[in-house]
Amino acid sequence: MTRLAIALLVAVAVASALILLYGESPAHVYALLLARTWGDAYGLGQVVFRATPLVFTGLAVAFAFRAGLFNIGAEGQLLVGSFVTGIVGAALPAPVAVAGSLAAGALAGALLAGIAGALRARFGAHEVITTIMLNFIAQALVLWAGREAFFLPETVHTAPVTARLASLGAGTAASTAFFLALAAAIACHVFLYRLRPGFELRAFGASPLAAQAAGISAGRTIVLTMSASGALAGLVGAGTVLGYKGYFEEGMGSGAGFMGIAVALLARNHPLAVVPAALFFGTLAQGGLAANALVPKESIEVIQAVIILAAAGRAR
Amino acid sequence: MIAIQADAIMKHYGSRAALFGASLAVRAGTIHAVVGENGAGKSTLLRVVYGETRAEGGQLSLKGRAVPLGTHAPRDAIAAGVGMVHQHFMLVPTLSVLDNVVLGREPRRGPFVDVRRAAAEVAEVGKRLGLEGVDRPVEELSVGEQQRAEIVKVLWRGADVILLDEPTAVLTPPEVVALFEVLRALRGEGKTIVIVTHKLDEVVALADETTVLRAGRVVGEFAAGTAADDIARAIVGGTPPVDAPAALTPGDVRLEARDVAIGRAVRGVSLSVRAGEIVGIAGVLGNGQSELMLALAGILRPDAGTIRVGGRRGHIPEDRHARGIILDFTLAENLVLGRQRELAMWLPPLAPLARAALARGRVVPPDPDAHAAELSGGNQQRLVVERELGRPGLEVLLAAEPTRGVDIGASAWIRARIREAAAAGAAVLLGSSDLGELRSLAGRILVFYRGRIAAELPVAEATDERLGAAMLGLSA
Repeated sequence: MTRLAIALLVAVAVASALILLYGESPAHVYALLLARTWGDAYGLGQVVFRATPLVFTGLAVAFAFRAGLFNIGAEGQLLVGSFVTGIVGAALPAPVAVAGSLAAGALAGALLAGIAGALRARFGAHEVITTIMLNFIAQALVLWAGREAFFLPETVHTAPVTARLASLGAGTAASTAFFLALAAAIACHVFLYRLRPGFELRAFGASPLAAQAAGISAGRTIVLTMSASGALAGLVGAGTVLGYKGYFEEGMGSGAGFMGIAVALLARNHPLAVVPAALFFGTLAQGGLAANALVPKESIEVIQAVIILAAAGRAR
Repeated sequence: MIAIQADAIMKHYGSRAALFGASLAVRAGTIHAVVGENGAGKSTLLRVVYGETRAEGGQLSLKGRAVPLGTHAPRDAIAAGVGMVHQHFMLVPTLSVLDNVVLGREPRRGPFVDVRRAAAEVAEVGKRLGLEGVDRPVEELSVGEQQRAEIVKVLWRGADVILLDEPTAVLTPPEVVALFEVLRALRGEGKTIVIVTHKLDEVVALADETTVLRAGRVVGEFAAGTAADDIARAIVGGTPPVDAPAALTPGDVRLEARDVAIGRAVRGVSLSVRAGEIVGIAGVLGNGQSELMLALAGILRPDAGTIRVGGRRGHIPEDRHARGIILDFTLAENLVLGRQRELAMWLPPLAPLARAALARGRVVPPDPDAHAAELSGGNQQRLVVERELGRPGLEVLLAAEPTRGVDIGASAWIRARIREAAAAGAAVLLGSSDLGELRSLAGRILVFYRGRIAAELPVAEATDERLGAAMLGLSA
């Protein structure tokens, strides 16, 4: 904790130096950053909106990591998940559209990640390699399927969904999807630390040999963990498709999958800690936009970078 | 001359005192043993001398020259001619012995490594220690040879005081004998040897002087020729528990293997163990006994043959750290590992369940929320034994090296628990490289050689000579 505080101080110092180079007052920029994020309802809403996908992808990475698996394919999983959420949400009648489209999105993410899990379990192909490659496949697949069949003519988005998640108001893009994300974090925590399969998953992650001696099947654990991880990433569409735009659009949510790795790292792979970590990154993302009026938003991204480096160093 | 003089050494880990005013005086040209139970501070004391662990207080002098403990580091120890062989070898597996020995101190000719000189020098040291072929990669060496390579490294770097941390823990009995010959030869050359061990027979066989540590303090110093019992009393601080011989009446067959084959390790093994019987397995490491145990435990799948396990099975795995416990898990979690299916889907609080088991196993600390990594090796093994033997209705027990690396007190307790399990009707298969342990527990002993059972001896006929001959593939 103290190390993280020091890292934050160093990060702020580096960013301050950059801000001074641009001839602005760091205090002024930070005041603006805070005022436009946690200072009013709109800013807070935007922070929550930006944090929502990061909670899902952060959970996806952290959950897999508890089983010793490194899922860096959340990017592809959230893409197919959101795409499927958009399609199914438009096809189903309104009363069941939200639940049905989210279930379909989670299933799509689970299937994509499950491929990586199966390849690892059956052939020993490392999930870092396969999930990266599946990212590209997912991207190409969504673009192709969208253009061929699902995007509206002359656009890069799908038809509008028949039902949406309620907005949190104040004119923000935030929706009740954030509460779904909170519920997912709690569910992950309960699963890992209160339920027997979670115990087995953690045992496998901490020591595959000891887990084997305890009668835990490696293949089963790998496939199920990767699938669950993919399902979490596949829920990202809750915030973007169902909570904000009302349809799936090419490029939607991109980057959140990789940011999820940083979020999980900062949260030390604890599901409940993923929420504040995601809010922190959401604050920097939103605050960077606000500060952009005075200095390039990259100077705020420096803070993010230093924090990630510090968290990565600590994880060793 | 005094090679090492350490006094009033203090070292704490957290609030626990690892060394509390410990001292060590080693005369040059002698073999000096440091003994004590797990956690007595033996290894810590050695690491303080070598500069790997920084003491909080005390004095140290090497060969009569005072060493400032506040800044003492391994390079100072090496400069003073002190070398250390660690329990876990510090070798690069893919590099040759030669490369490992000279790594970081390569002899030079101009800007180049003087390969010829290095090879000649290392080969010469290797020959003195009976290690041939120094251009072989370390990963192709047996454990005994790897240890020999470590000693070559230390000698080549100019050490004449050699610290060995539990050197015999990883060796088979014949390798131990060979190591002792090397150590005696080195003493003959005037080298000074300090050896940490918790095996008493080794001390008696080898050491000129013995320092006994208990809870970070020196509780005895003995000269060569002291009776093993006296040293044992100093180690445990009282009369050590005596192993009572087994007197059991076997029942039905509970564990049976028929023509089991596993890769190239096990080539057709049949055996059966009856309820209430303890059957011992002896053999030089790598002759298939480990693989057979794993197959009987349901971890390895045999390529051929059948295995029948009648009833609930307990397994004390050979490699405690890899298979027995999870270091990152709490003691409570470790206690249910392998028994998790007996619990409800929604896990009950584990701590209350664990408390009684920790007390029965006399695990220190008896804290269910402590992590297994915080425990000494002996206490980790107590936890494993309690978990595997404490379950009601145990019918088959597979115990592989149950007391390896475990101190005298815990070893006696573990043997007593195994005997109790058999008396309660369990069929016990006990693999051990400690022949004395096999004789004190088992009714008959199977000797493995090259994946087969080379001999089966009733305990009364299982002398060291006959077991040793069978272990080497000579007719028993």
